[in-house]
Amino acid sequence: MLKYLIPLIIFIVMGVFLAIGLKLNPTEIPSPFIGKPAPAFSAAKLDNPEQKLSPEDLKGKVWLFNVWASWCVSCRAEHPVLNQLAQQHAALIIGLNYKDARDDALNWLNKLGNPYDMSVSDQEGRIGIDWGVYGVPETFVVDKKGIIRHKHTGPVTPETVQQTLLPLIAKLQAE
Amino acid sequence: MKILTLITLLLWAGLGSAGVEYREFKNPEQQEAYESLTSELRCLVCQNQTIADSNADLAADLRRQVYEMLEKGQSKDEVLKFMTERYGDFVLYNPPFKVKTLLLWLGPVLFFLIGALFVIVLIRRKQTSPKQVLSDEQQQKIRRLLDEGDRS
Repeated sequence: MLKYLIPLIIFIVMGVFLAIGLKLNPTEIPSPFIGKPAPAFSAAKLDNPEQKLSPEDLKGKVWLFNVWASWCVSCRAEHPVLNQLAQQHAALIIGLNYKDARDDALNWLNKLGNPYDMSVSDQEGRIGIDWGVYGVPETFVVDKKGIIRHKHTGPVTPETVQQTLLPLIAKLQAE
Repeated sequence: MKILTLITLLLWAGLGSAGVEYREFKNPEQQEAYESLTSELRCLVCQNQTIADSNADLAADLRRQVYEMLEKGQSKDEVLKFMTERYGDFVLYNPPFKVKTLLLWLGPVLFFLIGALFVIVLIRRKQTSPKQVLSDEQQQKIRRLLDEGDRS
């Protein structure tokens, strides 16, 4: 009996591990930033490069930091969801226009609508590196004290908005 | 012959351009640091490549970052710290020894010990099992069969 039981147990254990391995998403890398202060920057605003924006200016507000680019295909899929989220005025939505040409970016917003309260440009991708950005789009949630509370990698879907972002924003607004 | 040489050289040119920028270093140590760092940092877009191997945009940016930090005189450890603070341990091809990576580091030893234990138990069991002694009758049968085999 034991002779057959041992291989069976080994098989089941391996099966469970492999099944978990299959379900894991290797592109989702846990951000070491959760619970840490948002990295500082002072970046030119997209619509008016003379003016700068830094996370310091946003203290006391809950804001989303959405990394986007006009060349990014998934951003296009995400865009209507952000437009809808913007209409709810749950939190400020700040865009980081990542490694993009300014004209392309402005055209994109004109054509598809502008969900951002403000977008800043990061043409060389330096702010991106500072924020640990590795795949556009990415969305961070920053609380009133300037602490990063959540990061979503990949396009934001209506489900993520309903199940994760809105409840979290409500909680942070109440803090 | 000349054409053949030309073709060969042209083919080589393509190979040389993969993921490499022209960099100038102040000293050989800096170059060595740059080369070792870029070959132990993971490109997060194409996860099975180092940033030295990868052609991805992000890899090029990270190489630039490494180069600039070294140019400023920062040490290898400072560069690694900068990267792990932003991208987590995942960015390192050589993961640190921590509680979380315990199984990763000790797993092979563990599996070796399990295997060794298995072998030892198997050998012990063989040794303790009583040796089969053949009866006289069986021995005669063997001899007879062998003899028959010789004759045929």
